[in-house]
Formats: sequence, C-alpha cells, structure tokens
Amino acid sequence: MERTIFDKIWDGHTIGPPAGETDLVLVDRILLHERTGGVALKSLLARDIPVRDPNHVFAVMDHIVDTFPGRTSETLMPTGKDFIIATREGARAAGIRLFDLDSPDQGIVHVISPELGIVLPGTTLICPDSHTCSQGALGALAWGIGSTEAEHALATSTLRVQRPKRMRLTISGRLALGVTAKDLALALLGRFGVGGAAGHIVEYAGSAVEALDIEQRLTLCNMGTEFAAFSAIIAPDATTVDYVKGRRYAPVGDDWDRAVNDWLALRSDADAIFDIELAFDASDVAPMVTWGTTPQQVVAIDGAVPAADEVGKAMVEGYQRALHYMGLEPGTAMESLKIDAAFIGSCTNSRISDLRRAAAILDGRKVAPGVKAICVPGSSNVKRQAEEEGLHRVFQRAGFEWRESGCSMCFFAGGESFGPQERVVSSTNRNFESRQGPGTRTHLASPETVAASAIAGHIADPRKLEI
Amino acid sequence: MEPFTTFTAVAAPLMRDNVDTDAIIPSREIRQVSKSGLADGLFAGWRYLSIGERDPDPAFMLNDPALKNARILVAGENFGCGSSREHAVWALAEYGFQTIIAPSFNPIFRKNCLANGVLPVVLTASIVEPIARGLAAAPGSLLTVNLVEQELQDEVGGCWTFEIDGDEKRALLSGLDPIDLTLTLSDTIAAFRYRDERERSWAYSTLSR
Repeated sequence: MERTIFDKIWDGHTIGPPAGETDLVLVDRILLHERTGGVALKSLLARDIPVRDPNHVFAVMDHIVDTFPGRTSETLMPTGKDFIIATREGARAAGIRLFDLDSPDQGIVHVISPELGIVLPGTTLICPDSHTCSQGALGALAWGIGSTEAEHALATSTLRVQRPKRMRLTISGRLALGVTAKDLALALLGRFGVGGAAGHIVEYAGSAVEALDIEQRLTLCNMGTEFAAFSAIIAPDATTVDYVKGRRYAPVGDDWDRAVNDWLALRSDADAIFDIELAFDASDVAPMVTWGTTPQQVVAIDGAVPAADEVGKAMVEGYQRALHYMGLEPGTAMESLKIDAAFIGSCTNSRISDLRRAAAILDGRKVAPGVKAICVPGSSNVKRQAEEEGLHRVFQRAGFEWRESGCSMCFFAGGESFGPQERVVSSTNRNFESRQGPGTRTHLASPETVAASAIAGHIADPRKLEI
Repeated sequence: MEPFTTFTAVAAPLMRDNVDTDAIIPSREIRQVSKSGLADGLFAGWRYLSIGERDPDPAFMLNDPALKNARILVAGENFGCGSSREHAVWALAEYGFQTIIAPSFNPIFRKNCLANGVLPVVLTASIVEPIARGLAAAPGSLLTVNLVEQELQDEVGGCWTFEIDGDEKRALLSGLDPIDLTLTLSDTIAAFRYRDERERSWAYSTLSR
C-alpha cells in the first residue's frame, strides 16, 4: 500500500500489532526543559520509577532562566529558581544529560536540538512543549505532549498514541524577496484558521517549501501547533542531509551512509492518500503582521485592521474582544501603529539566519526614541556565532539589548515583562492576551519586520528599507 | 487516577473560541514544581479584577454564585490551544471540573485531560451552542455525564451521544495507570529495541557522546 512519510515513520516505530485503537510507539529521543520537565522527573522519582534509557534523554534550561548578561541560577520569576534546581537535581538523579546554564550548548530546546544533531530525520522525538513540532522540519516525527505523557515516555521509552489523520499542504510558487517562512506561516493561519489542521499530522510540501533552508523550515513547522496540528513534517532532502552532517550527535562512518540511504527514502509515495489535501500559492504572500489575540487574526503589513464583515465566519467570535484588548479601531492602517517595544527571539525566529537578516536592516540605523528593543539569541551557540560575525555590535549600536539565550519574553512567567497596554512587535509565535505581560499587546511578525518597526517607531514594512 | 463514574453536576458555559492554556492558567500562576496548588490561578486573567490580586470580577461566569459547584465546563472551538502546559488541566481538575464539552480541543490538551481523568466530550457546535445558551439562561442548571453509555443529558429531556476512542474510554473507566500497564510489556519493548538497533544503528550509535 502507498504510504505517506508519516506512515513510514509511524509503522517503523509501532511495537507489536495494534492492541486497540491506540498504538504503542517507540520514542527515539526525549527532550525536557525546566518548566514542564522538572515536574515529570520529580513525579517519577516520587513513584520510584527509573528512567528506562537516560542516554536518549536530553534536558536543558531555557524557559524561565534569566537572560541578562552574567546570569546565575537566580531568575526574576518568583520561585523560578525552584524549577531550575528541581530539573538539575532530577536530571542528576536519573543520569540524564543536562545542558545547564553554564553549558556552551545551552539554549532554547527547539534551537539546540537541530543544532546539535539530536533530532535526526526518520526519528520519533517528543518533548513536553507544544513547539516540538518545529523539529519536523528535519523530517522527524516530533510532537509536543504533556508532563504525564513525558513520564510515560521516560519510564517506558514509548507512548500510547492514536494514529493521527494525515494532511498535506502543498505550497507552490516561491516566496518573494523580503518575505520569510514566518510570513508564510502567518498567511497560512490567516487563510485556514487556528483550527485548520485540527489533530492532523501536516506534511508541508511543494516548490516553496523545498526552496526553504532548514532554519526557515524550522520556522514554518514551529507554528504547526498554532494550526492545532498533531505535528508538522517536511520530507528530508539534500538540504536536510547537508544540514545534519557533522553535527555532534549525527551518525558517522558506515552509520552515516546507511542513515542517508534511509532518510532519502522517506518520501510520501506518489499515490499515498491524505485525509485532507490543501494547496496554497506562496508567490503573493507579503510580510504579515497580526492585529488581534490569536495568530489567525493577521493581515498583510500594508493592510488595515479588518472590519467585522471582513473577517471570516470562523473568526467573528472574539473579534470585538480582540479589538478592545488590542486598543484598535477597524480600518486603521497597520503601519500607522506606534510601538513601545520590539522583541527578536523565541523558538520561532532566533537562529543565526534570523539574526543576520535583522542585523542587515539595523546596520547603520538607530532604534526610534522611546522604543525598548531586545534581541535574545536562540542558543548560546547562536550567540557565539553572531558575536564572531560582529552582529552583536550591529544590534547594540542600533540600540538593541543583546541578551543571553533563552525563551525570555516570549511569555510572561512572573518575572520580566512588557507593560500593560504596551504595543510590542515580536518575532514570537503567540499573541494571546497577557502572553508577553499583563495587558501587553503583541503583534507577531518576522525578525525583519520587527527590526524595521523598531527603527521606524511604528509597524513598518522591511521591504521599504534599503539594505 | 480515580475511575470515571457517571455523575450529575452544575455545568458552566464559557463560549469563547480558541481559549488558550495561557488563559486557563497564566504562566505567572505556576509557582511550584508541582501538579497541585493551581486552582486559585485558574482563568486568573479573567476571574479576578486585577493581575496578582484575588478580587473576583463579577462579570466572569465562574464568579456567579449559581455556578459555585460547577463540575462540567461547556466551551467553544479549539479549547486548550497554545502551550502544552499540563498545569491547565491540573488547575481545571483541582478546581473541580471532571468533564469539558466542546466542538473541538487542541490535541495536546485533550491528551492531558485523559491523563488526569478529565473527560473531553466532543460534540458539534450545533449541539454545544444551544446547550450553552440554555446554561447561560438558567445558571446552575445540571448536566449528567454517562461515559459507559457515552451519553450526555440535561434536566429537560435533552440527550446526546458522543464518540470516544475505545482504549481511552476503558482507561478512564478503569482508572488504571498507563505507565504500570506499559511496564508489563517491558520484554516486548526490549525485544523490539534489540531488533531496531540492528536495523537502524544510526539512530543509536552516537547517543553515548
């Protein structure tokens, strides 16, 4: 029978014949962070259940760590240190490898995993974090779970999972100059809605996807969870193989050759059946920016806040609430909106290519007076690489703060935050009410748009700036 | 986990679409490395008049005295979207919610419900919306949830059946711990792993670095 890439990975990991409606699936890699992983380790320890295979588990500090230079285990979030210490102690007790605050490899879990070659094409990978779907960009089956399921995976190296339905989203054409995978992800959410992929494994395919480098693919797959997907995946190709080669946990020697053979065979068969097939043309996508409080409330940057009769039927609910929360009137041009802050970071857009593109816009320019601008590299490796290239000076000269790596102000955990009613242009993934601070108004966009907006002091189209 | 039994309780309507887990339990309310101590922070951004304080906002439905003992939540599309934080379900369960009825759930949130003995009931919006309107019109109305028969009933003769995966239903009804269950298959897992490591040595060989 013709199978999709998902079916091939799933079938290869299903243990025994299906016992019922859920399958027992082997988990190749488990990632943990201090916010949701520490409690899983603590809970297992309390039940005296050992971690079955500590070698397959990688833990990292990213979510609530301080990102100021010279940081320690102290963090601005009240009781935040407890999460850090619990994770440190839990990892030590279980014999799990931990990329702690002082590790040169510390960083956001979905940034360091591809960077170190932890995620490999064809593997199953889980993490108690919704943005685990990012890692499907490498052709892995990577999905987010809760802490209790993480305990199951730690204890048994397996999960009991219902086989998700399959969706293919074929993206034709090619993104225009100055338009990024972030804009594409936002455009897809605008078109198909935040429930658009409900429970499906989404395969992104087509010429526009094949043309993306791995970091852009990571950005596209990252927002699969905003699409309500089980996860997202992109078939591995030469771009993937080139990216993985030589990374720390990538196979070597004969194993490498065997792996590449296996990986390049991981494509959906020509007649494979998907439960849903969608098509989208990337050619007309413009830089996108959200206006509301869910990522589907999004318009092209040269557009305006929509009127009630312009939003789709599925979006009417919540429209007035969102307008009120965001302090907006219908018909207001997005580019006329003054901003208080600009944030570049998060598992969506904090990799070296993101920082390079933002720096190209910032070079020789200054952040507008009164705008607080922050850049948080996605990993300590990204930060070092950026500093070797001198990018940190570009950011700093422009007026950006240059931080240590972590999830930082993608969300407010009780520590550092943006202020009430402050308008922030952010390269992150969620514009929910109070996500970045109590009452904070978040506009999601690409790093280029964040950089251009920081300079202009209002939401600004990066294509209008000369680089 | 307690076995799930048939029960009748007050149902509370929260008819907003895309209620995210940041709204269910804001990150700032997750203060301990623990699965408990979260009920107070449930819907904190909506339930209280100001952030960090505990003065109830009378406009938020859970603060209606008639809904004080609500054990069933009736919600909109894509409930539980956003962060995978299981704290959202721990907070709902600790507050007392045993069943959530919605036209659709975020997949991770739905699994988190099942892991904690909370039943996620999926019914079409054309069924959920009239139920919610009825509950809003007569606060304190009761619903009965019968998982064995996969039925939901109201007080005035309304009865709806719902679908649920057979394995998930058995797990809820038995209350058995999935880890204990899977650990009985340890030998099968080990044998699978042994074969797999020979076929896919590349997935194993560098992990001791």
